[in-house]
Amino acid sequence: MSYSKITEKDINFLIEVCGDLYVHTSDSINEDFCHDELAGVSAPPEVMVEVETAAQISKIMKYASAQNIPVTPRGQGTGLVGGAVAIKGGILLNMCRMNHILELDRQNMTLTVEPGVLLMDIVKEVEIHDLFYAPDPGEKSATIGGNISTNAGGMRAVKYGVTRDYVRGLEAVLPNGDIIEIGGKIVKNSSGYSLKDLLVGSEGTLAIITKAVLRLLPKPHSTISILAPYKDLVSAIGTVSSIIQAGVSPTALEFMQREVILAAEEFLGKKFPDTSADAYLLLTFDGASKDQVEQAYSRAAHICLEHGALDVFISNSPERNEAIWSARGTFLEGIKASTTEMDECDVVVPIDKVAEFVSYTHDLEDEFKTRIRSFGHAGDGNLHIYILRDDLPAGNWVKVLGDVFDKMYSKANDLGGKVSGEHGIGFAKRPYLKESSGYCTMNLLRGIKSIFDPLNILNPGKVC
Amino acid sequence: MNIAVCIKQVPGTSEVEVDEKTGVLKRDGVDSKMNPYDLYALETALQLRKEHGGRISVISMGPPQSKEVIREAFMMGADEGVLLSDRRFAGADVLATAYTLSSGLQRLEDIDLIICGKQTTDGDTAQVGPEIAEFLDIPHVANVRKICEAEEKAITVEMDMPDTVEVAEVSFPCLITVEKGINTPRLPSFKLKLATEDREINTLCLDDFKDRDEQNYGLNGSPTQVVKIFPPPTNDCHETLDGDPAEMAQGLFNYLSDNKFIEAR
Repeated sequence: MSYSKITEKDINFLIEVCGDLYVHTSDSINEDFCHDELAGVSAPPEVMVEVETAAQISKIMKYASAQNIPVTPRGQGTGLVGGAVAIKGGILLNMCRMNHILELDRQNMTLTVEPGVLLMDIVKEVEIHDLFYAPDPGEKSATIGGNISTNAGGMRAVKYGVTRDYVRGLEAVLPNGDIIEIGGKIVKNSSGYSLKDLLVGSEGTLAIITKAVLRLLPKPHSTISILAPYKDLVSAIGTVSSIIQAGVSPTALEFMQREVILAAEEFLGKKFPDTSADAYLLLTFDGASKDQVEQAYSRAAHICLEHGALDVFISNSPERNEAIWSARGTFLEGIKASTTEMDECDVVVPIDKVAEFVSYTHDLEDEFKTRIRSFGHAGDGNLHIYILRDDLPAGNWVKVLGDVFDKMYSKANDLGGKVSGEHGIGFAKRPYLKESSGYCTMNLLRGIKSIFDPLNILNPGKVC
Repeated sequence: MNIAVCIKQVPGTSEVEVDEKTGVLKRDGVDSKMNPYDLYALETALQLRKEHGGRISVISMGPPQSKEVIREAFMMGADEGVLLSDRRFAGADVLATAYTLSSGLQRLEDIDLIICGKQTTDGDTAQVGPEIAEFLDIPHVANVRKICEAEEKAITVEMDMPDTVEVAEVSFPCLITVEKGINTPRLPSFKLKLATEDREINTLCLDDFKDRDEQNYGLNGSPTQVVKIFPPPTNDCHETLDGDPAEMAQGLFNYLSDNKFIEAR
């Protein structure tokens, strides 16, 4: 499908809508806006517009529909699958100026925000009021719009669920420029198909989110993390099911391996409290009181020891938590800094298949003689697996990467898993979604896309 | 090498409120923790014990609930704990605190080295360690950032001065206070928690000391007169600069030079 190229007339229209300060043409667009965090997918937009209101976006979409111009919405660009890259050129809608927190409603326990508000600012804002926004994706400088678009999960998903569970309502601009409001401050809703849940995770392909009503919880007052070292990853992950079955409800249940911790140490220039073992489980417990949390972590610690943990270390102060979680938060950057280029696989498998899948990636490491590193959410089966290029020549790298991905996604599929747990499909993972979803499902996805966006101008070439 | 480590229970957060009328910290209902600097002191002791053997005793002055931090020291690997707890110790300033701790330390046998954190996060004076050493009449080095070598009769350390690093060899018995960053403190172990749950903590009161003169302890023994404690004023005023980038840059430049943060040439 071909699109119109941006003309001077288009630029003038955008300047008229948003002001010339906020319209950037090709030469003045920083290279950073041509790719996302992983930089595997790269394409320059023809024009970038820093929008400020839903009304501006509505005008732009009406115009783009009439002129057949592709439009790609973008937050902070922290995605990993090229979802916010303008692969067809056209207009890049930079949403970062829409960064206002509009209302904190204590009665209904909701926070209404614009899409460009950063996750870290939401956390800060609600904490002041002794409230809690439960989703906890690793990248705190991402925008909430990006989190909603990918249905971001994060570290606390095992207890609290994912972003979709915390979006109560949305305002969005459709590709034809119409502005819709779906959901609201309501808790329950059986009024027709849940368009709100459909837009969450739609990666900016169905509509542009311009406002979100988020669900808040009371802030848990006590938090303790425990770090359990194991002689190998299989024994570590072997503990996970028992912990979940015991009903101790960890908020986070992560696995990590020594090589990844060492890379994070190197990256941060700070030592991790323990690197003597090969594999670790990291669990966090939160609750209303210290006693409640201590009871839960003690039970989990006993289970870890029964399953072969060498010890269980307790992190019970802000300094200790910082030492552990600052490292955990930079695993991605640490691995990235240790190699020349990398790509990732964000599969999710049933929790009882995590160990089998990670062992399989170790086999692939030997088979393809390439470094593969992993960490992830053992408690919800979502793994982050990174294939590292190191000194592989460019041609071989593309081949190896393709072969490794084919095998990994195929294995995940065999184990009953899915292509993406939380990063989304974007551009990079489309072939694997198609491969694993089957004809009927893909047809439904494409049908939904064509109902929302019959001209295929909104973030074209993504997801399905 | 037998080592004593001084530890203190402090509020778990820096956001403790001050009662404006009484000037006292509102500690009720606030979580507590081991003074973060003491973690480095204890880790230094644990590493020295690993290399040279010996025994680690931790000592703390405080109300009975301070036993929690002693238990935590056991979970990190300390061998024994002493709590100095007596109502007559209450209200102590740095001098009376150091005197009380030095009296308690005299009850421990064959101590070669006393290690303190550089300071506490509630008082922040960094005076208690050196004052203990003065009362005990032993050599001391503050702000230690590295242990270079430990021998049978002396320890060599690097002392972090504002502009220089001084290397000092100090004979035992001596006292050092360690900087944050000298090591990465280990985490408390659940296995050690289970193993030390029943370990006794030796609690001492004023009557157990050689000097039983109440005038030397607590508020009575404190020459410091606290006139008022108050939270520092918070400065929440802010200025927003508007305009295009050039105007905002000029605005920022004007603000910084008007307030003498930078000098216009």
